[in-house]
Amino acid sequence: MDDQAKRAGLLSGGPVTRREVLKAGVIGVAGLTVLPTVLAACSSAATTAAGGGGLSGKLTVGNNLSDAVPKKALQDVVNAFQTANPGVTVTVNTIDHTTYQNQISSYLGATPEDVVAWFSGFRMRAFVAQNFFTPIDDVWAGPMGKLYTDAYKTACTGSDGKMYMVPFDTYAWTVYYRPSVWTAKGYAIPTTLADFKTLAAKMQTDGLVPIGLGDKDGWPAMGHFDIINLRENGYQYHVDLMAGKNKWTDAKTAQVFTVWKSLLPFYQTGAAGRLWQDASAGLLAKTTGMMLQPQVAESFAASKDPADLADLDFFPWPNHGTQWDAEKALDAPIDGYMLSAKSPNAAADATVAKAFLAFLGTGAAQLVYAKAEVTDICPANDADQSQYTALQKKQVTIISAAQKLTQFMDRDTNPNFAGANGMQGFLIDFLANPDQDLTAYLAKIQKFWDSLGA
Amino acid sequence: MSRADRSAASATPVQPGESGLSGVAAKSPPSRGRFDRFPFNRLPFIGRQRWHLLTRRDKAVLALMVGIPLAIDVVLIWGSLIVDLLWSFTDWRGVGDMTGGGLGHRFVGLTNYTQLFDGTYPFFWSAVLHNIFWLGFLMFVATPIGILLAVILDGQIKGMAFYRTVFYVPVVLSLALIGIIWQLQYAPDWNRGFIDGTLHFFGYDVPVVKDLPLVGQWFRDVSRTDWVGGPLAIVPTVIAASWRHVGYICILYLAGLKSFDPALREAAALDGANARQTFFRVVFPVMKPINIVIVVITTIEALRAFDLAYITNGGRSPLELLSTLITNNSISESDRIGFGAAIAVILAVVSLVPIVGFLTVTTRGDEQ
Repeated sequence: MDDQAKRAGLLSGGPVTRREVLKAGVIGVAGLTVLPTVLAACSSAATTAAGGGGLSGKLTVGNNLSDAVPKKALQDVVNAFQTANPGVTVTVNTIDHTTYQNQISSYLGATPEDVVAWFSGFRMRAFVAQNFFTPIDDVWAGPMGKLYTDAYKTACTGSDGKMYMVPFDTYAWTVYYRPSVWTAKGYAIPTTLADFKTLAAKMQTDGLVPIGLGDKDGWPAMGHFDIINLRENGYQYHVDLMAGKNKWTDAKTAQVFTVWKSLLPFYQTGAAGRLWQDASAGLLAKTTGMMLQPQVAESFAASKDPADLADLDFFPWPNHGTQWDAEKALDAPIDGYMLSAKSPNAAADATVAKAFLAFLGTGAAQLVYAKAEVTDICPANDADQSQYTALQKKQVTIISAAQKLTQFMDRDTNPNFAGANGMQGFLIDFLANPDQDLTAYLAKIQKFWDSLGA
Repeated sequence: MSRADRSAASATPVQPGESGLSGVAAKSPPSRGRFDRFPFNRLPFIGRQRWHLLTRRDKAVLALMVGIPLAIDVVLIWGSLIVDLLWSFTDWRGVGDMTGGGLGHRFVGLTNYTQLFDGTYPFFWSAVLHNIFWLGFLMFVATPIGILLAVILDGQIKGMAFYRTVFYVPVVLSLALIGIIWQLQYAPDWNRGFIDGTLHFFGYDVPVVKDLPLVGQWFRDVSRTDWVGGPLAIVPTVIAASWRHVGYICILYLAGLKSFDPALREAAALDGANARQTFFRVVFPVMKPINIVIVVITTIEALRAFDLAYITNGGRSPLELLSTLITNNSISESDRIGFGAAIAVILAVVSLVPIVGFLTVTTRGDEQ
């Protein structure tokens, strides 16, 4: 089973991300109910972690992992839980990624499954505030709670201070490059922004595109804004800006765009018309020097030549020389599972559902998933890291070193603000016209935020 | 088919039922098929009591036949439009009860409209400009090209069936497919997009061209164009839409030209008119009904433009259209249903203008 999962991961190169599906704009339910009847022989570690076996009852799980590799990986996790608890019948309802997200409100408000997949941070809190979820402090009070750093706990806490989510997988936004190219050209990993710019200039003279970017889907540029803001103004300022407590018209916000503008000459031109996959292809073809985007690894894993994934490495965004460098904060979006309040069987299934959530919170369960998804890592600190790939091991180091984690702009702020004809459009405008009047530009953004009344 | 055959065929329109009414069924040509066997002479309205045109059963059947589509139309189209109008005065987010308070329905008056018009939502005016440009381009560039092609294809050209197929193929393809085809042309890297790739080839690889002063440099510069991401991305996108629209108009106009009375053309020729005079002074005015249809179709195509922009980049800047703003506000993760409804109302009102104009013109034509 493990080998199979791994092979599936390598061959199909990991899943299509939700973003890719969004891009396709497919609106249609590709829902599929899987009734696991056969107990698959899974990793024994996962089965042990799934606990005693005294449980009995029913459980339904709703999720958006509609692509083959993650879908199978989740089924493996469910099978491990069932092997340990033969008395439990788990029904998994996998809904098409785009449909799931677009209809999340009506889904959660109608007849959702007992345990549902969702994103942490502001995106989670917005729905918690609508009473769609049941707090799971008792799950966190168990042994599972000790497996997480404070950064994860914060991301899973609602505005009311209660715990609502169990983290399941995560990945970090870092700068990817190809060691073979860098060795050949004699480049060193830049640790300061000045070094970063010097290196980028050198790449330009060497005929490389220094910083690859494909922003056709609107969201990749958000990761660039996030990291520059985190280095210039720190975690708290960024989070407060996303929540509307700080102003876009603030001089500190303007500083982010000023710094960003100084980097734009090194960016790949034509970003707005390019898919991130095509930008990633530049890195694969060794014509691009570096790229700030974790999804790059998916393209490399999908490459026919296994040597490509072996020749991929990354480093954290350089320091800006501010007091916030020490935070080492970065975007590390967390996907997790929550207990829905409106499930028709919420009360009857609560015990089993909480046991399942506690199981999802263990490293053993998450590892079954991470082995199939080579770009993701397990949030729990008891995951057996000897089974990680080199890239996964390095991600753990960088994420553990971060004092603060953010979730990515579109998860950290009001979805109405972050949308395609919202902040994504504003950032595309900035990339196209970096020389425009920054004051007027930021005033437009603030005015838009204010109009949302959020 | 010669011109004479064609006009003969089109000059004797066949009206099914006509024969039965006039009692000359026996004279009708054998090609009428099943209508021959239909007992028209036994229909109630041909009986002796001519003033009783319809039996009660007929009335019931007619009421159902007209009533059901009418009810569907009223409920699904006008009903939705009214609900949409009501939503546009609220900040409803799609969840919660409809009666008010909290996350539910809250009356916000004209706020949604003021936010659109005063530039608080800057994408609105970009979208309006893009829709206007879309309309202008289709109307004044693509449509005339389609008409021109139709006139050319109407003449006696060798291999006309081939040309007609070539121009009509894009019409058969769905806009989704057309979007994907044109993405392959417009992708911004020389090894990804056909256009940039071709320019790159001339600028770097073709021996003589690449060394020409200015020209070689021009190829190299233009090969880096970001066709669908640059500020003027709407132009390449409309060109992609026109690729289909030209074929559509061409076929429509060609159908009209086929039923054009060649005697008029001959008369014009006798009077010494040249080809251009014949077209503008004789053909074009006679084709007025087709012209109106074409103007209306073009307008509606421009107003409902959605697919190409949405496939290209989800309708983000720089390709916002009114339709993509509605989608991205109302049925995405964003849940500004009231706000999206306001944009939809504006689009509906704008769309009603050409439709009402069309209906006025056509019904007036019928009365004459």
